Amino acid sequence: VENVRLLDRLSSRKAALGTLYLTATHVIFVENGSETRKETWVLHSQISSIEKQATTASGCPLLIRCKNFQVIQLVIPQERDCHDIYISLIRLARPVKYEELYCFSFNPKLDKEEREQGWKLVDLKEEYNRMGIPNNYWQISDVNRDYGVCDSYPTEVYVPKSATAHIIVGSSKFRSRRRFPALSYYCKDNNASICRSSQPLSGFSARCLEDEQMLQAIRKANPGSDFLYVVDTRPKLNAMANRAAGKGYENEDNYSNIKFQFIGIENIHVMRNSLQKMLEVCELKSPSMSDFLWGLENSGWLKHIKAIMDAGIFIAKAVAEEGVSVLVHCSDGWDRTAQVCSVASLLLDPYYRTMKGFMVLIEKDWVSFGHKFNHRYGNLDGDPKEISPVIDQFIECVWQLMEQFPCAFEFNERFLIHIQHHIYSCQFGNFLCNSQKERRELKIQERTYSLWAHLWKNCADYLNPLYRSNHSQMQGTLCPQMAPCNFLYKFWSGMYNRFEKGLHPRQSVTDYLMAVKEETQQLEEELEVLGERLANLQKSQLSYNKVKSKQQDQSKQLGLSTSNNSLANTPQEYSNDLKSFPSRSPSQGDEEDSALILTQDNLKSSDPDLSANSDQESGVEDLSCRSPSGGGCLPSEDSGKDSDEAVFLIV
Amino acid sequence: MEFAELIKTPRADNVVLHRPFYLAVEGTLCLTGHHLIFSSRRQDNAEELWLLHSNIDSIEKRFVGSLGTIVIKCKDLRIIQLDIPGMEECLNIASSIEALSTLDSVTLMYPFFYRPMFDIVEDGWVSFLPDQEFELLTSVTDEWRLSCINKEFSICPSYPPVVIVPKSIDDEALRKVAMFRHGSRFPVLSYYHKKNGMVMMRSSQPLTGTNGRRCKEDEKLINATLRPGKRGYIIDTRSLNVAQQARAKGGGFEQEAHYPQWRRIHKCIERFNILQESLIKLVEACNDQSHNMDRWLSKLEASNWLTHIKEILTAACLAAQCIDREGASVLVHGTEGTDSTLQVTSLAQIILDPRCRTIRGFESLVVREWLQAGHPFQQRCAQSAYSNSKQKWEAPVFLLFLDCVWQILRQFPCSFEFNEQFLIMLFEHAYASQFGTFLGNNENERSKLKLPQKTMSLWSWVNRSEELSKFQNPLFEANSLVIWPSVAPQSLQLWEGVFLRWNRPSKFLDEAHEEMINIIKYNKELQAKVNALRRQLAEMETDDRMQENL
Repeated sequence: VENVRLLDRLSSRKAALGTLYLTATHVIFVENGSETRKETWVLHSQISSIEKQATTASGCPLLIRCKNFQVIQLVIPQERDCHDIYISLIRLARPVKYEELYCFSFNPKLDKEEREQGWKLVDLKEEYNRMGIPNNYWQISDVNRDYGVCDSYPTEVYVPKSATAHIIVGSSKFRSRRRFPALSYYCKDNNASICRSSQPLSGFSARCLEDEQMLQAIRKANPGSDFLYVVDTRPKLNAMANRAAGKGYENEDNYSNIKFQFIGIENIHVMRNSLQKMLEVCELKSPSMSDFLWGLENSGWLKHIKAIMDAGIFIAKAVAEEGVSVLVHCSDGWDRTAQVCSVASLLLDPYYRTMKGFMVLIEKDWVSFGHKFNHRYGNLDGDPKEISPVIDQFIECVWQLMEQFPCAFEFNERFLIHIQHHIYSCQFGNFLCNSQKERRELKIQERTYSLWAHLWKNCADYLNPLYRSNHSQMQGTLCPQMAPCNFLYKFWSGMYNRFEKGLHPRQSVTDYLMAVKEETQQLEEELEVLGERLANLQKSQLSYNKVKSKQQDQSKQLGLSTSNNSLANTPQEYSNDLKSFPSRSPSQGDEEDSALILTQDNLKSSDPDLSANSDQESGVEDLSCRSPSGGGCLPSEDSGKDSDEAVFLIV
Repeated sequence: MEFAELIKTPRADNVVLHRPFYLAVEGTLCLTGHHLIFSSRRQDNAEELWLLHSNIDSIEKRFVGSLGTIVIKCKDLRIIQLDIPGMEECLNIASSIEALSTLDSVTLMYPFFYRPMFDIVEDGWVSFLPDQEFELLTSVTDEWRLSCINKEFSICPSYPPVVIVPKSIDDEALRKVAMFRHGSRFPVLSYYHKKNGMVMMRSSQPLTGTNGRRCKEDEKLINATLRPGKRGYIIDTRSLNVAQQARAKGGGFEQEAHYPQWRRIHKCIERFNILQESLIKLVEACNDQSHNMDRWLSKLEASNWLTHIKEILTAACLAAQCIDREGASVLVHGTEGTDSTLQVTSLAQIILDPRCRTIRGFESLVVREWLQAGHPFQQRCAQSAYSNSKQKWEAPVFLLFLDCVWQILRQFPCSFEFNEQFLIMLFEHAYASQFGTFLGNNENERSKLKLPQKTMSLWSWVNRSEELSKFQNPLFEANSLVIWPSVAPQSLQLWEGVFLRWNRPSKFLDEAHEEMINIIKYNKELQAKVNALRRQLAEMETDDRMQENL
């Protein structure tokens, strides 16, 4: 469809005219006129809602909201075209079969071997070995081979040595969806562990001997402690209500030596609504400070984030400081339990704060334990009530921790944003389906590619320059301040207003430091070369010309150090009054913009290393200029050029 | 008066000091004329706390048996608690602190007694003189002149002796304009934008009154700043409503009819007690120990502090936009032209002028746009967030300005030569200091107090390399462009470095900062090494070649 206008949400003055294309996998908007022909690609799987608004004189507006928090506003001249697009998109955005998803057609041009290598990058067996398991207390159990006991669990589960198959099966029958207690994290130093399960089917009075034995076995696997914490991550009221349905929580009287604890994290429906409310605040056009803060508070989002963090902190403290094992569950044990176990692991073990370790953590606590990615993130058309930002919250918890502990993580914010993006993109097979069983049936590993390998390949983009493996913040358990710490939780504009670059810091400290570090490395190398050359020169005095020519090469390299990461940006609309001022010549502002573009382009070509943060409003974002070290906050996503541009709105 | 009279108990032993995030320490408390000194008795790492009495905002005392407790709340927002055994000692100490922290006379303040322990390399009192500023200006334009009309502070008591005005306006005209402006603050040059020759002027409100008085010289003066055929903007920092009400009291605003080449924009910035109350509420919220997230956000919202930040930044951005993008000159004023006006003109310069983002340039900006421009520091900074006085003239105007600078710094972390610590240091010294820089309400008062002769300038201390190194931003790379900050709520944050400074553990953030410095330091060392080696190589080469030629 031609003559479509793409509106800029922040500035009503600016709209781009262009052509809209629909393909099997993407919506593409190509801008007219400008030499670069700016393109905006949106994956169908990223579309969360499409809204057709009342036709106006200028055309028919179409609002597309994406799961990665991008909002696209189009105006289509013909009502009929708009309707057609609307109908097509509705169909395309809600595939009914897995085979329709992008990962089955996405081809990054890797050969079979590379693909298999990619899937082997994260190996959970290796991970449990790293924790020191199997050992005298814990073993791998094959009780769930062929998914016979629990179809949402992995085939390989780790359980206490003293828990026989009989106990496991008995316990599983007493647990919601048969999700029996299994090991999530084991602390080598003091034998304390984190186990996870679903709620017991206790109703008002039911009990189960095997389940009681199971908990006892977990407690005994930690000989240093004489009790076990059982943490129910639901609000007490919700848990009690569940009793009426024959579910519920553990009765301290029936289990020997447990301490039972509620931690009130709300359910997926509350979280979904909370996010919805917060996004409404993010979408407000020029909100006042009060609108924003009031809306943020009213959404309750940060309160929920804090609840999850508090639960994680409680468990980490129990394990690290008290040396007590913890069993965590919620209702089904695949949402809140996953959040809380992974936050606790992250606090406890520096390994999970490395890039590789973080991949392992998601694979362990989310993918393998049957977090319902398909339902929660709406990959296939399904019940909208199943959708909820569960893993988004976990990712935000990590970001909040990164803000408090800037040197503690090997990866940076961009890494988190990319993982979030790909959880929804369906471009890689990792997060397809609801369980390991389904993924195996679909032969995901043979038919799609692994995100982890893709991220690993580009790991230089995701490094936190402040990270040092021997830094004190990398040692041992992180202890976030428990109280008073409300103000430590902040709104994450880098995620929720991610596509409005105008709102973000215009210069990135991370990118700057990465560039410095890169240069430092070059200097180190050069120092070595120069040292050698000097030694050689001192020994034998040969071929001066050669040395000289090489020397010139290096001075070119060193020019980087003085490079300037200056940037261009333009004012926002600070006042509506200005628009109507008669003396303003319309071309004037534009001329200045283009003048700035020129400066910036010059800068870019002269310093490839420090990428200038391009500004949306001056319209200088140019894909071809994107440098390996970053290019602002919107990075290259994929290796294939198609998909590379696919995911971003280049405003 | 002797300070000794006020100090009945100069010393108390077995005092216990409580501070958030530190273990309680036992030690000795001493009172001197200007300081409260606490030193721990532990010999291994004897710890000392020196607190200026003038830094104390309020003091509370309570007793449990014979153990007295004093809670001291400081202007830099810190709160400490001292447990003092002995009812009489405690009462004496409390009343001494109360008296010493609220001395009436400026000349009893510490700056008049302070003797520096460092060598003075450069006298800060003469570091930033108007003549130097004017010299810079004459190198780019000859349309302006220095006027000494206010030499004896006879025309305008809150202006400095010399001001920059359009060349075409003589002193006689200035005298008439001064009569037409509130407090005689006639329009003067605040900033000249080299890129396009546009200027920013500042003044106070015109005294139009209800019958629309006009002043031909005033119109002529501000029109003299316009290029032929060009228009300008008047940014009034009051709402239209407030500006209209001001007419009843003899004030007012420029009528379109009399100033046809100017377009007036009203950008409301709050003043006085509204700001003071905002600060009090904000600090109260930051000190709230409850675990409830909702309460924190609603208290933060209710304080309106960030709303004020947004308003001030928006007005400053607008002024900068008019100058740089619209190519128009700007006149900024509110009522008196000593508060919100200065916030706008100084922030606009930070946006427009790269020089203001250097340490020296920023110091010069503070001197020009705040001290010489007559911001009444002594009145505004007499009390801070813990005061319960209902004086009308206290307001965190300067702190809001520093906060806005911090917001821009956060958005452009590589464009400023100074760091957050520099801004925090200025905040502290504006409220309590051993230096005379921020004493008095204007140049007139400062010269009467003979501050340059009798006290030390803050700049003499700051601008020594030992101190400067603490305030330098390791990420700084000169950025010659105009920097446009975002004023969206998502982009504005609470300035934790000031408001949560004493309520949060800063260890991990400090470590990060240190790491940053190390990364850059190492890089610079390597560069130096490589350059040295290269030079050595080059020398050897030429030597060799010479030998060869021989």
